Amino acid sequence: METTTNKSDLKTDWIYSPAPESTDHIRINQRYDLFINGEFLLPEKEKYFETINPANEKKLADVAEADQADVNTAVTAARKAYENVWSKMDPAERGKYIYRIARLIQERAREFAVIETMDGGKPIRESRDIDIPLVSAHFFYYAGWADKLEYAFPGKQARSIGVAGQIIPWNFPLLMAAWKLAPALATGNTVVLKPAETTPLTAMKLAEIIQEADLPPGVVNIINGDGKTGRALVEHPGIDKIAFTGSTEVGKLIMKTVAGTGKRYTLELGGKAANIIFEDAAIDQAVEGIIDGIFFNQGHVCCAGSRLFVQESVAETVISKLKNRMETLIVGDPLDKNTDIGAINSKMQLDKIKMYVDIGLNEGGTVYQSSCKLPEKGYWHAPTLFTDVSQSHRIVQEEIFGPVLAVQTFRTVDEVITKANNTPYGLSGGVWTDKGAKIFKVSKAIRAGVLWANTFNKFDPSSPFGGYKESGMGREGGLEGLQPYVNLV
Amino acid sequence: METFLHRIDEVGAQERVARLFSRSIKKESKINALRTILSMIDLTTLEGKDSPGKVKQLCYKAAHLHDQFPHLPTVAAICVYPTMVSAAKTALEGTGIKVASVATAFPSGMTSLEFKLEEVRMVVDAGADEVDMVISRGKFLRGEYQYVSDEIARVKEACGKSHLKVILETGELVTLDNVRFASEIAMEAGADFIKTSTGKVTPAATPPVVLVMLEAIRDYYKQTGKKIGMKPAGGISKAKLAVQYLVMVRETLGQDWLTADLFRFGASSLANDVLMQIVKQSTGVYQSANYFSID
Repeated sequence: METTTNKSDLKTDWIYSPAPESTDHIRINQRYDLFINGEFLLPEKEKYFETINPANEKKLADVAEADQADVNTAVTAARKAYENVWSKMDPAERGKYIYRIARLIQERAREFAVIETMDGGKPIRESRDIDIPLVSAHFFYYAGWADKLEYAFPGKQARSIGVAGQIIPWNFPLLMAAWKLAPALATGNTVVLKPAETTPLTAMKLAEIIQEADLPPGVVNIINGDGKTGRALVEHPGIDKIAFTGSTEVGKLIMKTVAGTGKRYTLELGGKAANIIFEDAAIDQAVEGIIDGIFFNQGHVCCAGSRLFVQESVAETVISKLKNRMETLIVGDPLDKNTDIGAINSKMQLDKIKMYVDIGLNEGGTVYQSSCKLPEKGYWHAPTLFTDVSQSHRIVQEEIFGPVLAVQTFRTVDEVITKANNTPYGLSGGVWTDKGAKIFKVSKAIRAGVLWANTFNKFDPSSPFGGYKESGMGREGGLEGLQPYVNLV
Repeated sequence: METFLHRIDEVGAQERVARLFSRSIKKESKINALRTILSMIDLTTLEGKDSPGKVKQLCYKAAHLHDQFPHLPTVAAICVYPTMVSAAKTALEGTGIKVASVATAFPSGMTSLEFKLEEVRMVVDAGADEVDMVISRGKFLRGEYQYVSDEIARVKEACGKSHLKVILETGELVTLDNVRFASEIAMEAGADFIKTSTGKVTPAATPPVVLVMLEAIRDYYKQTGKKIGMKPAGGISKAKLAVQYLVMVRETLGQDWLTADLFRFGASSLANDVLMQIVKQSTGVYQSANYFSID
């Protein structure tokens, strides 16, 4: 008897073959106009801007830029729809429309996921498994509230506000649209939505679904443009409420602008979350949580766990495991199903991240980057961590919004609570320990909107999300997420 | 040197498994994986009704997995009961395929250390290249860790030059914390491989258990420089799951462990499913199971 092949012939450098998600079924128009009053309208000045795929810098489509006149048209359409149709509609009927939107998104989930990934650079694994499922979940959740508002606010009547101007960011384009649209519609308000200028496509696809769902014209209007369009929307006298997700800087501007106008507003702004690893934590799972906390969506996450605190006795082990784990992250084609880290959303953002890495180095931080090879075309940044930094370092203080983690160590519980709170932000945080009592002590003491214990980045439509301090005001999600869109009488 | 106790969060371990198992292995990487898997199989028969004749047939199959398809590797080893060792040894002569024997009152381990050592010496004398022992789970669960450790060390001694695989029987250890700790004890005490299960207890190898054991091996290697092997056994009958385990090994321990010297599958029916996939990759269609021999 003899062997047919010696097993030493087998290749041991086993690499994964490319596994790209198909784009054959994707339809992207060459041009997207303004979605106003249920129709696609040409912009007044017929000005268009390009939206590109940040993974290869190729143009995806031209998108209409809305100016003041277009904002007027959109707000007028929203006002008319509010006065004549939507605010008067039986709440159960409103709910039906929202359910319909949720179902249509579910049916076309794969298409939305692929376009989200092409337009924004995030890995298909995330857009497919996280973004889009959460989008439909949000619409389903708030559809359910539409005819149950009297139970949400017992003893009070919840009245709609009017026309909401909603400005959303580029990190979770469709998900942020869902977070804003679903509660506004459920409570009987109409909307003018402005997506971010680098990621307009899934919102325009959503416009198609809104048409398909036969939503009354003008209830949802979607206009694109940069900060100027956003400003025109915020300043517009026909707007009753502003909902904004984005930078703290712009958030402050919005507060100034709407002060004294009677407009209501909610702001979901930046963060610099503390992710705290105690010595009695399940270390390997904590390492996963650190990875997820900072490298999820290339670190373009306002609730990212960007400040890591590790208890001294396990610091060496945690950092060593973290570095090993970073080596296994696959950085590359966002459409590949095996990609862990996709493209940086824009050139501007990439420059900002690089600037912060330089600042960290100049301030004396020790940098570690995974040795992955970055594609030549497109915008990319390797997973990065800094040690030898302190609360006084700018990369510890300021939001980088990229895959850059700042690591500090600590000795006592009180010390880490103090340091965790030593930030102008307060959006999120993480605590890792096997001791239940410590979870309660630390999570109560940290001033942040959401605290995760032994996990990170868990989102659910029924759970309110929002910030303390300069991370914003108002909550989105859950029953609390209805409040910004109602007057209680 | 790490001095703290390793705790495992079960939910976190499951999430990590889900993430690893969502890797998409296609085309050439799939073919490479399938061939590697064949070479890592410990083709197993552990039944009371085993006969020398059946073992002989299994041994032929081990060396001739599917002769219609050229250039396939052989499996790594045959795994049998002690009384079948000499039959297997004779049948496999010249093939390079190892003979592994279970020992130490497999599967329960419920006998005295003297009998266990005697059994180990017996299978080694009969020519077993590898000895698959079971730990005393009762002692472990009672907290008698030193006993468990000493027993493994004594068995290792009795193995002489034969390789020792230590079966933790994770289905009876129940918690992942226990799995991690038992893995550490076994490696410290001299295991060449740690193995999940006997195949006689449910659950056998579960993905979170395998992950935790691989992580223990990784940490032990980092501390000592010693490479310990891993063998999940029981319930792995599908090629897809086996490929997912390779992903887990690759991303936990690295490429070095993607060899039969350091990773094995204890399985009886896995080989045929892998063969079916290999043939499908080349022909584009699945053949009937009847085209693959059942020995």
